[in-house]
Amino acid sequence: MSQKNIAVDVDKVVKRYGSVTALHGVSLDIREGEFFTLLGPSGCGKTTLLRCIAGFEDVSDGRVRLMGQDITPLPAHKRPVNTVFQQYALFPHMTVLENVSFGLSRRGWTARDAEGRAKQMLKLVQLSDFAKRKPGQLSGGQQQRVALARALAPEPQVLLLDEPLSALDLKLRQAVRVELKQIQRETGIAFVFVTHDQEEALTMSDRIAVMSAGHVQQIGTPREIYEAPVNRFVADFIGETNLLEVAVRQVDGDRATVVLPGGHVVEVPAASGAKVGTGHLSVRPERMSTAPGGGDLTVLVEDHVYLGTDIQLHARLDDGAPLVVRIQNGAAATIPAPGTRLALDVEAGAARLLAD
Amino acid sequence: MAGVAPGGSGSGSDIYRGNGPRLMLPVWVFIGIFLLLPVILMAVYSFLTKEFRGGVIWDFTLAAYDQFFLNRGLFGDEPATIEWTYIGIFWRSIWQAGLATVFCLLIGFPTAWYVATRPASTRSVWLFLITIPYWVNLLIRTVSMKFLLRDTGPLNEFLMWTGLISDPLSLINTNFAVQVGLFYSYLPFMVLPIYAAVERYDFSLSEAAADLYCNNWTTLRLVILPAVKPGIVAGCILVFVPSLGAFLAPDLLGGAKTFMIGSLIEEQFKGAAGNWPFGAAAAMILLTLVMVVLLIHARVQVREDR
Repeated sequence: MSQKNIAVDVDKVVKRYGSVTALHGVSLDIREGEFFTLLGPSGCGKTTLLRCIAGFEDVSDGRVRLMGQDITPLPAHKRPVNTVFQQYALFPHMTVLENVSFGLSRRGWTARDAEGRAKQMLKLVQLSDFAKRKPGQLSGGQQQRVALARALAPEPQVLLLDEPLSALDLKLRQAVRVELKQIQRETGIAFVFVTHDQEEALTMSDRIAVMSAGHVQQIGTPREIYEAPVNRFVADFIGETNLLEVAVRQVDGDRATVVLPGGHVVEVPAASGAKVGTGHLSVRPERMSTAPGGGDLTVLVEDHVYLGTDIQLHARLDDGAPLVVRIQNGAAATIPAPGTRLALDVEAGAARLLAD
Repeated sequence: MAGVAPGGSGSGSDIYRGNGPRLMLPVWVFIGIFLLLPVILMAVYSFLTKEFRGGVIWDFTLAAYDQFFLNRGLFGDEPATIEWTYIGIFWRSIWQAGLATVFCLLIGFPTAWYVATRPASTRSVWLFLITIPYWVNLLIRTVSMKFLLRDTGPLNEFLMWTGLISDPLSLINTNFAVQVGLFYSYLPFMVLPIYAAVERYDFSLSEAAADLYCNNWTTLRLVILPAVKPGIVAGCILVFVPSLGAFLAPDLLGGAKTFMIGSLIEEQFKGAAGNWPFGAAAAMILLTLVMVVLLIHARVQVREDR
């Protein structure tokens, strides 16, 4: 995949609104044919970045290049990218077919060709029977698919999607996820997908850029992001984790020696940028197991939550810091009573020293 | 708009449906007394015979309509030809009202757009400023307009002071003055409905249009105008219909050459020279004309919604 060409090159893009800076020199590459997700909490700048690529916002500084061509000075209507909007933004006075063929007509297609192509797009999103309806007569999920068909019809070099699933209910959202990914693979168009939903990001993306406060925190595959977060923000934002304060004795490349709360000395993988001193160790709740006869950590169990497939234990370390452990449910699983002292082992390689 | 499930809109729940007829009663009483009754009265009067000092004699005749459309000579004994006087007045009224509507639209649309795109906090201030002049009686405002436009009025004096003109422009008693009066009287009726439509307009539609290769002009033509069309149509009707029947502006600002239907009708009910049945007939013809316009609009609307 790394041999593929760069579709979108975001180069040190800065966006300021008056005295507020929404993007602090963001740089990233989106490859041809890849499903790329901008993930972050609301206000992190992910939508602003998408709008800078689409041309709805002028960048304050930096360049945006599309297929190697600098599109920074181009207004939105001259950029060969298309957008699926959060609230779909379908033209209410046009039929579904007119909506989908709209962009084609604007690009000078003949009415017949545009209609043919639009019908083909509606078939792709399984809405052929709805061509003559108005958007107001469709359900949310159907409108979402019309928006997708409309944006895909002109065969954009890159498709931008601004939280397109957030207006759908949970069940529909999960079904559309699969469909969307399938369409992305079929068309081979690079998708830039904005979401605040980490599950959505993990399940659909080829690569994810985690953003916070106008900075890109980490770019990587879902697995890299989940299993090797670089800093506290990423570790905390993606999935559930425990952040333990530890004393770092020694850092040697991507390995570090740390002293766990309770005194055990262990060697763990370290993110680049980790330093000797006080650091934070990320331990996923499902990567710990009970160790009768003493382990890496000793905790006092306070409570438990029964989740069906798992049991979540809420516990405290001796220094009072909270710790969450997930143990898999099964016939042999016993739930420790509150007040029980429990010895835990951390799976080898599963704890990770972060760069703060 | 977005996210509305099919069948989700429309009638309320069953609990309220049974109360419909009873809840409508005040509306029907109101419409009956203040709309239907006067119209019926007017229709009946238009078929009566005139009394010389105003009023009517209860004697049914088509004389009023005959007088409106046909010319039978000074003594009523010549063969009937078409009487162009009143049709001409009608035509001039339609023309003036249409022109006023176009001007109101040209100025009203940008105004409404501007106000509707201000931050929510300042919008009400703008709307307030637009409606302030309308707290003053229309008669007084029209008379003031007369003072502004007359030969020795501030407008002419200003133009002469700047040296642009040496003699006062005769602005008063012209079609131009009537046009200014109509435009000024009815502009807010154009601004307010368009404002309401633009305020509801979803600006992400403009972004979607830009995304699909529309420049500003094509966005306005293909997306914005169709979306706010109901407001534009409402504004046009609200300006055109009262302009058509206006009599203050043509009376005070215009002269004999700018006579409009409103003045014609008004005159028939004023003083001893009046002719009530003829005035009623002219009013009925005007009403029919307006109804035809509204019906055509309603038909087009229904066809488009399907």
